[in-house]
Amino acid sequence: MSHTAKPVFSCTDVHVWIAEKEVVKGVDLAVSAGEIHAIMGPNGSGKSTLANALMGHPAYTLEGAVALAGEDVTLLSPDEKARKGMFLAFQYPVAVPGVTVASFLRAAVSAVRGTEVPVREFRKELLGRMEELEMDPAFAGRYLNDGFSGGEKKRLEILQLLMLKPRFALLDETDSGLDIDALKVVSAGINAAASQEVGMVLVTHYQRLLNYVRPHVVHVFMNGRIVRTGGPDLALELEERGYDWLEPAAAAGGV
Amino acid sequence: MASTPKVADIGTDYGQRYGFHDPEEYFMRTPKGLSHEVVEAISRLKKEPEWMREFRHKALDVFLAKPMPTWGDTAMLSEINFDDITYYVRATEKQETSWEDVPENVKRTFDRLGIPEAERKFLAGVSAQYESEVVYHSVKEELTKQGVIFLDMDSGLREHEDLVRKHFATVIPAADNKFSALNSAVWSGGSFIYVPKNTEVAIPLQAYFRINAERMGQFERTLIIADEGAKVHYIEGCTAPVYSTNSLHSAVVELIAMKGARIRYTTIQNWSNNIYNLVTKRAVAWEDAVVEWVDGNIGSKLTMKYPAVILRGERAHGEVLSIAFAGPGQHQDAGAKMTHLAPNTTSKITSKSISKGTGRASYRGLVKVRKGAHGCKTSVQCDALLIGDAARTDTYPTMEIAEDQVRIEHEARVSKIGDEQLFYLRSRGLKDDQARLMIVNGFIEPFVKELPMEYAVELNRLIELEMEGSVG
Repeated sequence: MSHTAKPVFSCTDVHVWIAEKEVVKGVDLAVSAGEIHAIMGPNGSGKSTLANALMGHPAYTLEGAVALAGEDVTLLSPDEKARKGMFLAFQYPVAVPGVTVASFLRAAVSAVRGTEVPVREFRKELLGRMEELEMDPAFAGRYLNDGFSGGEKKRLEILQLLMLKPRFALLDETDSGLDIDALKVVSAGINAAASQEVGMVLVTHYQRLLNYVRPHVVHVFMNGRIVRTGGPDLALELEERGYDWLEPAAAAGGV
Repeated sequence: MASTPKVADIGTDYGQRYGFHDPEEYFMRTPKGLSHEVVEAISRLKKEPEWMREFRHKALDVFLAKPMPTWGDTAMLSEINFDDITYYVRATEKQETSWEDVPENVKRTFDRLGIPEAERKFLAGVSAQYESEVVYHSVKEELTKQGVIFLDMDSGLREHEDLVRKHFATVIPAADNKFSALNSAVWSGGSFIYVPKNTEVAIPLQAYFRINAERMGQFERTLIIADEGAKVHYIEGCTAPVYSTNSLHSAVVELIAMKGARIRYTTIQNWSNNIYNLVTKRAVAWEDAVVEWVDGNIGSKLTMKYPAVILRGERAHGEVLSIAFAGPGQHQDAGAKMTHLAPNTTSKITSKSISKGTGRASYRGLVKVRKGAHGCKTSVQCDALLIGDAARTDTYPTMEIAEDQVRIEHEARVSKIGDEQLFYLRSRGLKDDQARLMIVNGFIEPFVKELPMEYAVELNRLIELEMEGSVG
């Protein structure tokens, strides 16, 4: 991995407010194509807020600069960002009753690729990807996230990641609520995306996902800031020691 | 937000979309306004039997004597000027038997409505009502062989007078309400269907309705009789062009499902937003019979429509599945009525409504269980979706239960398009309006999936047009 390569995603001095409250207090990130970053931190540290705000959630106010492949996308709407190759795998994917997975995905794929994908071609691609993720073909006919189990929802997020082929993906707690088999399948999907040069940021509370997906860079996120950045070993250290030992760094406002 | 809110403009370009109309060329029309002379003229022109002529005149007296409804949207109702309406217009001189013979201008109208000739392949018989008369009517040989009668109401009266006389106005008497009285006095066209015992009509029977004259009311009258063990699905679809003054549509539809029979009646109505759509629809279901109303209401200025099933025989089942879309300035006052007269009868009402802009959708329902009708089950579910802060929905459910041994379920939900749903869909590249449309289409999916393919496509297209520019 060349760290001199132009980043596929970067953000500079990002602050995020929910109403009057500052939740993210200055974050810088630069992710290259095919590179996997992990953002790890305790619950309530603001890492999900960061992920949602970067994608453009209307409930959050974001300050700072966000760029995709060198292009400033800070002020773009979520759909414009998506069409420029940005993706967010949701921690809690929302149900849309009455809309099938297949029709939703076809609309999304067509929107992102900027061209209507023929039904037959789309179907073949979809069923192929579903097979990779060990999903029953009948899944395509179910209503979007409607009555899905936690594991089904997460698989669907990864299915979307593989179908939409973004340049850059944020994965918010994609490992939570998965049993070990589902975790392996989801991890394989993430690795497949990385091998297709998708730059990724995994937001996670636990390091168990990292047993299957090896990150290039690990960031520790506490109290709205990145307080430490290191290699894969940092994740293991966190597993062993928890987050408490980093409290002084967090209080001091980062490394 | 990328697009500018244009809620106020919705419907103003309706004319371009649907408002194509041909120059009026009519063989015969009555003068404006309602009188015994007008009723007499209609009956004479149709060369009707004496009993029908008398029925019309009596109905007119009832209409004149009855006050306007004191419930529903009384403000909008009071705007109807009955003297300013033409009650009978005949489009062409004679009935057409094949598509090729249908006059060009009529054909053009159907083409614009997306009723292409190819669709005939789907149809067992097409009865397309243009103005007040049926001009195109073809019934496949197979139906004739089965003994199924599928005619416009006027021909039905001429060719099967005894059958018509036996059943006509038995489910909905002229005096039922002011608008059924009006229809009874001036009715024209509509469908007459009789399905013999143990006969199943495999393909849905369809009719298209169209209003094409300014200030002209359309008062079609439909009577469907499914004899014991018979099975039939009838589809009614409407689109109306735009005019500057108000038009009145007041139909009467009567269904009779004999022992063990099954009738499904599907409607998609897309009236232009100057039309008063005041319709009386009622069915009688005898022992073990099933009647289903599938009713979609888009457009019109005011719709008041409450399809009903009278469950007269034991174990009869009645169902109403409806959607209503109320755009700006429109009021959809729709619902259902279920009357349980016999034991162990069951009913189900599913009502979905969408209100947009200043649109208002009301659910008005009545479930009645007579003393002695034990073991009845009924469930009512109302879902309302509001789009925009000015949209309005109301629910007026009434239950009159005179029997203890019954099971009743009622559920009502009001929702808005959620910010989280929108964010999720937009994060997948769908534009705001696309995302909203997807959520709305999902909302009505339980209804759409009950429709034949071509209607499902048409309905989704209509909803798409109605949703255009509804950002914000």
